Formats: sequence, C-alpha cells, structure tokens
Amino acid sequence: MTDGQSAGSPVPTGDAERAEPVWVKSERQLRREAELRARGRRSVSVATASTIVVMVALVAGITSSPGWPRVQELFFSPQAFVDALPDVLRGFLLNIKIFLIAEVFILVVGLLVALVRGLRSPVFFPLRALAVLYTDVFRGIPTILLIYLVGFGIPALQLQGTPSDPVTLGIIALVLSYGAYVAEVFRAGIESVHPSQRAAARSLALSHGQTMRHVVLPQAVRRVAPPLLNDFVSLQKDSALVSVLGPLEALRQAQIHVASSFNYTPYLVAALLFIGLTVPLARFTDHLATRIARRQTGGGTA
Amino acid sequence: MSLLTIEGVWKHYHGLSVLRGIDLEVAPHEVVCLIGASGSGKSTLLRCVNLLETIDDGAIHLDGVEITDVRADADDVRRRIGMVFQAYNLFPHMTVLDNITLAPRKVHGVRPEEAEARARELLDRFGLADKAGEYPDRLSGGQQQRVAVIRAVATDPRLLLLDEVTSALDPTLVTEVLGVIRELKETGMTMILATHEMGFARDIADTVCFLEGGVLLESGPPEQIFSAPEHPRTRAFLQRVLEARRM
Repeated sequence: MTDGQSAGSPVPTGDAERAEPVWVKSERQLRREAELRARGRRSVSVATASTIVVMVALVAGITSSPGWPRVQELFFSPQAFVDALPDVLRGFLLNIKIFLIAEVFILVVGLLVALVRGLRSPVFFPLRALAVLYTDVFRGIPTILLIYLVGFGIPALQLQGTPSDPVTLGIIALVLSYGAYVAEVFRAGIESVHPSQRAAARSLALSHGQTMRHVVLPQAVRRVAPPLLNDFVSLQKDSALVSVLGPLEALRQAQIHVASSFNYTPYLVAALLFIGLTVPLARFTDHLATRIARRQTGGGTA
Repeated sequence: MSLLTIEGVWKHYHGLSVLRGIDLEVAPHEVVCLIGASGSGKSTLLRCVNLLETIDDGAIHLDGVEITDVRADADDVRRRIGMVFQAYNLFPHMTVLDNITLAPRKVHGVRPEEAEARARELLDRFGLADKAGEYPDRLSGGQQQRVAVIRAVATDPRLLLLDEVTSALDPTLVTEVLGVIRELKETGMTMILATHEMGFARDIADTVCFLEGGVLLESGPPEQIFSAPEHPRTRAFLQRVLEARRM
C-alpha cells in the first residue's frame, strides 16, 4: 500500500457509494415541505376557530332561550343525576346482559337462515321457502311491535315450557327481529365472494358444503364484519325497548326515578350510559372497516 | 384406450352456440393444446370437461365412463381432474400451504402431515419452498400461478386442464410457469391446455387443435398444424398471430 492511499480514503466503499444513488433532500423539496407544514398549521387554526364559534353560538342560543332555567332544572339537575345513577347503572347491566345473549343467538340464526337460502337441492325447498318468509316478515315488523307481540302473545298461549320471564321474551323478540337483518347481511357477504372462488373449490372436488365452509364463508364473514358490528351498535340501544315488558333495565329504572322525582335527569343518565357503550364499538367498527379496505386495495386475487 | 373422449359436444349461452359438435380423443400421457381466437370455445370446452358447465348435447367419457351422465357424481369426476385458471383463483384467506393441502385433506382423506409433506415436496421441486407460509397476495403473478398448478396436481389427477394460464402474466413471468408445465409433461401428466403461446404449444404439444366459432376445424401434430395447416381458416389465424408478434 502506498502513502497516497493510506490517507484514509476508503477507495472500495467510495465506489459502492457512487453505484448506489444517495438521497439528499433538495432545496425545492425542503421549500415544498415547509409550505405544506404552514398550510397544516393554518387549517388547524381555522378548524379550532370555527369549532369555538359554533359551540359558543349553540350554548348561547340554548341558554338564552326563555325556557332554559326550567330545562336546566328538569334535565341537568346534579342532585337528581347522583340519586338516579346507581339504580340506572344497575339496570344498564341488565341491558348489557340482554344484548350479549341476544347477539350470540342473532349470529347463529342469521348465519343459518343465510345458509339455508343458499341451498340448491329440491329436498330443501320447504326450508328455503321458510327462510325467505322469515326474513320478509320479521324485517317488516317494527321491533317494538314485535316485542309486544312476543312478550304478551307467547305467555298468552299458556303452553307448557314456553318462557314467561319478560327478559327471555324480550331477547327472543330481539333475536327474531335482528336475525332477519343479519341473515341478509350474511347473504350479501356470501354473494360478494367472486364465483371464480367457487369454481376453483368445486374444481378441486370440494362439495357444496365444504366449499361454503372452507372457501366462501371465511371470506364472506371478513367482509361483513363492519356492517354486522353496525347492527350490534343498533341492537345495544334497542335493548332498551324490552323495558315495555317491565324488566328493570336502564330505561325502566330511569322512568321509575322520573315518576317519583318529577325530574327528567335520569333519562340523561341512561342516555349517557348507552352512548358510553356504543361509541367504543362504533369506533372499533370504523377501525376494522379501514383495515379491511386497506387489505383489499393492498392487492387481492379474484 | 383413450383417457378422455369428447363426442359431439354442444353448448349454448343465451341462444348463442359456443361449442358446436366438438369431437376429441385424448390418450394417456398425451398433451393437447387448444388454439384459436378468444371466444372460439377453448375455455368453455375445458369447463365442460370439468363439469363446471353442463353440456347441451353429446357426451364426455373419462376412463371409458360417461361423466356427462346426469346421474354421475360430479365431485367424483372432479376428484380425478385438476384445473388451473387464467386468474389463478387461489384462496386469498389461506396460506400457500393450506391452498395446496385443502383438497387432499378434505376431499381425499389424506392425513394432514402427509398432505403437508407432499405439498412441501412439490413446492421445493418448483422453487417455491420458502413461500409455503405466505398468503397469495404477497406473491408475484408467476409464483401465484405456479402455486395454482401445484394445488391442481397435489391430488394426483388423471387429467390436468390448463385454461390460458399465462394470459394474465407479464412476459418475464410467463417462462417460469411454462417451465412448470414442461416438467409436468416429463412426469407423464395428461394435459389439455387452452393457450395463446404458439411457440410453447408447438414445443410441448403432442396434438394441436384449432378451434373457431365453437368448431374444431383442424387437429394434428404441431409440425403439421403450424407448418402446413390444411384448413384456410387455420392458415389465416396463424398468419394473424404471426403479424401481431412482428408489431
């Protein structure tokens, strides 16, 4: 090695650097990024300002209305809030129980009905017709009406072994109503799986059932997860409809407090509890939907 | 005796005749290439053989038994026939390994360990050993199609149908898929290919069939079809293909 080369000049690595382009941000790119940052700051301040203006206008508008002192006393009484909270919260636990149990049965009923509607064999014609009839009828009846019909109709039959507990009857009514919706969601998911997937499965000699079980359903269920969760957000609040049959759930407890105190704040308590439960689930649904959308645009095979 | 006999097969879609009296015999270990313009009926013929379409007239026999008999068990027929599609049609929610072992495990009753060992052996042979755990959307088109071929042969079918398997691939990926098919021919696999790759058809086929408008106009060994076609329509088609390639 000669003196000239020993001066620390890394000859081989220098070659490698010349072969690989190295990125140093250009003046133009730096200016561009500075401009984008400035714009970002500007839009944040505009959004903040407009939010404050709207909020102030809303609050001022409501509180300056002639009836506001009366409304504040009737709906926003801290004392009534604290008094009602324990009972309403206890009732709310029953709502959670109702919708958790109903959810499981709804998924089973919905999936079964959707699968039955997809059966081709003539042997299953009566089942298929029943499934169509079921979705048609129960999607058409308002949920609250269905709860009345089931809640007062089934016990009136006086049959051996039929439930008479209002909670059970309420759950049955919710399952019947939501099962019809969820069946349609599942059916849409099953039909959204490309026919080429079925062709591939059938060409491998998988039977209709195996094709459904291993190829179609796993893809369908992933696709319908967001709309299903959306239906469950809706089910959570509809669990309050069971109150018409008398069980002491959140809305019923609130009604009792309202009736004894002539103050409507307990309703606000119940409303806040429902919001507290549905908001996280709604956010989770959004999150799941974006994740699925990202996966699908990330490259899928038909 | 021929492995597959197609006699007088007709198929209509919405009043349009897609196959018009097709006759074809395929001997064991024979490789038959179907050529012809898009819409000439190549794909439909393959789908009829695999019973993915019901035929409107005629008959198809596999191993001397009529498979188009309405009482025949379609699943039993498909157990003996493999098929590879133009768009790969891999199952996107399963890994490469699960894609390949699904049919052996669920349809042929192969034990999971055995099915996996066989799948890994095939993946290894076709240069995909490191892709066993990947999902299809992480693979290139050529790799996906090679997996699809492996999936179709993992159950040791009597007959393999390949439906324009290189049409969705960019030219640099075509060769790797064709290499796999060439290797299958060496193992003695009986195959029917619908293809637009004339050079490949000439190279690999024992018999080339030219279809036009749902009619099998001419068939014979590749030298004859490509060098001295008898039918003027065949000549015209090959002329067009040649011109397109010169562009």
